Amino acid sequence: MKAAPAPSRLRPRDTLRVASSGVRTRPLRAVLSALGIAVGIAAMVTVVGVSASSREQVNEQLRNLGTNLLTVSAGQTLAGGESKLPEDSVDMVARIGPVTTVSAIGTINDMSVYRNQHIPVEETNGLAVNAARTDLLDTVSGTLASGRWLDDALAKYPTVVLGANAAERLGITQTDGSVEVWLGDEWFTVVGILDPVPLAPELDSAAMIGWPVAADELGFDGSPTTIYERSDESAVEDVRVVLPATVNPANPEEVSVSRPSDALAAQAAADETLTTLLLALGGVALLVGGIGVANTMVIAVLERRSEIGLRRALGATRPHIRRQFLGESLLLAGLGGVGGAAMGGVATLAFATYRDWPPAMPLWVLGGAAAATIVVGAIAGAYPAARAARLPPTAALATI
Amino acid sequence: MSMQTETAATLSPTAVNDPVVLLEDVRRVYPGQPPVRALDGVSLEINAGELVGVVGPSGSGKTTMLNVLGTLDRADAGLVQIDGYDVSSLSDRQLSAIRARRVGFVFQQFFLAPGVSALDNVADGLLYSGLSRHRRRARARQTLTRVGLADRMHHKPNELSGGQRQRVAVARALVGKPSLLLADEPTGALDSTSGAAVLKLLHELRDGGTTIVVITHDHNVAAELPRQVHILDGKIESDERVSQI
Ligand SMILES: Nc1ncnc2c1ncn2[C@@H]1O[C@H](COP(=O)(O)OP(=O)(O)O)[C@@H](O)[C@H]1O
Ligand SMILES: [Mg+2]
Repeated sequence: MKAAPAPSRLRPRDTLRVASSGVRTRPLRAVLSALGIAVGIAAMVTVVGVSASSREQVNEQLRNLGTNLLTVSAGQTLAGGESKLPEDSVDMVARIGPVTTVSAIGTINDMSVYRNQHIPVEETNGLAVNAARTDLLDTVSGTLASGRWLDDALAKYPTVVLGANAAERLGITQTDGSVEVWLGDEWFTVVGILDPVPLAPELDSAAMIGWPVAADELGFDGSPTTIYERSDESAVEDVRVVLPATVNPANPEEVSVSRPSDALAAQAAADETLTTLLLALGGVALLVGGIGVANTMVIAVLERRSEIGLRRALGATRPHIRRQFLGESLLLAGLGGVGGAAMGGVATLAFATYRDWPPAMPLWVLGGAAAATIVVGAIAGAYPAARAARLPPTAALATI
Repeated sequence: MSMQTETAATLSPTAVNDPVVLLEDVRRVYPGQPPVRALDGVSLEINAGELVGVVGPSGSGKTTMLNVLGTLDRADAGLVQIDGYDVSSLSDRQLSAIRARRVGFVFQQFFLAPGVSALDNVADGLLYSGLSRHRRRARARQTLTRVGLADRMHHKPNELSGGQRQRVAVARALVGKPSLLLADEPTGALDSTSGAAVLKLLHELRDGGTTIVVITHDHNVAAELPRQVHILDGKIESDERVSQI
């Protein structure tokens, strides 16, 4: 028996060329069928990118604000009433070794701030009035939106600095001394408005007045309700342990200590559940896109029967035909994947820029998008490619 | 090898080489109600360098025979030997290899890739041979010149006349230097002038040594061929060699 002829061979390059022929001859159809996958990938990439950018934003914020701030609150008495911290508690905290800065506010009970004296007392807008020490702003890393913060001189006079929400609710934007608010039984001049304070959000809806003027004019008893302190980063936990007994030796159990930076980080982590949900939605879009590609491939195989027959006549083996159509499906999916990743990247960049976040994109997203694309393309193409390969050459060549 | 030579020798004692085509009592039955005996005991031997016409009315089994000769289809019974290979003993992959390297096809509908130049359509005849694109194109250029289309290399099929398209298809079948060229109604879609030109080309190729089988239902086409095999209802009615003028 004569030796079998050298087997048919399709070079890898030619496999690629043959696989892309369908895409090249019908570019519009290729784009449309890749669009579904592009949308799915874009959605997933955007979700991951936006959540990474938001986390990066929180991290950056924490780097700027520091994570060494502890907030000490008077808390509740065992009987359920408002507890108070001793007048000298701020000095006691300052005496703890690693503590570098300390400040405090004292919330004045049953007092709010009004646009004018005609507004009923009950309509507080939820705004509190705090006596604030002049070193408060630095301690909590607060910044001014406009005007100035209380200094030793201003603190003696009826002047007020409004938190960001408080100013908004009162409808006040001017800090040039022309605007006054009704506070207690007196007019207080608005000298400053704060930016939101991420580490002390309770200040956002409050009006801050000087410690001395609060005592002189509003009968403030001088007991702090919240103490803010910063210490060496490494000593935060140690300080935390000794704080309750330091500020309130009589009733240390009433005192509550919190670390606001933890709350910010936890908030960022809470976004993860939403991210997972949106990722799943992106996955559904990807699945639908995959079905679109499978549909295109089934039609392509039907339409190109005679091409398949011709290729078999030219010496293509079944695996050659299968690889051609599988390759075409992978190309379509890849087209969608690349387009979708680009769209997702642009969307993330646009959204992050709009929100003033640092744009971030974890590298694994690229790998994930590539893997998802390959899997979808392979699954979508498997059945049509197998059908094309199984088609007998004579049936493929028979034209009606 | 020796067994094959013996078989060929018993059938055709004068043949020095293996016949290119050897069919012995070949049957191909399409299942159905009733089953169709498309090939019903066909025996045929074609030697290297012959130009053979297979003639018969529509439905007589010509295309089925071409499919069997081209290893696109397998016979249900009988011996099919193409270029010395016993087809029944070969795998689908091996049959593909025979088609890639030993057999060339020309179809009535040309089956040229639209939007692809004549040169690349012809080069595709070598696609599954594993040659580099550069070498495929070089061979395609030679072959297109040989079929008289040196000046149409870069034309797309829609820029060519029917006769030119069929000559491109012939070049594609020829580019792999096959032992056997099979043409199914190659002039069926052409006007008489273009058809005559294609036939003239086939004659020239035969003179160059290519073994060619032309299938046709057209007696005028058949009349010009040096050997005519008449087929009816899957059986060979007559097999005549006419001496050419
Ligand atoms: N795939 C098939 N299934 C069933 N019958 C077929 C098939 N192909 C061809 N036939 C039948 O086999 C006979 C021979 O067909 P064919 O070889 O195409 O003839 P020709 O090419 O001479 O017109 C016809 O009767 C045809 O109907
Ligand atoms: Mg026919």
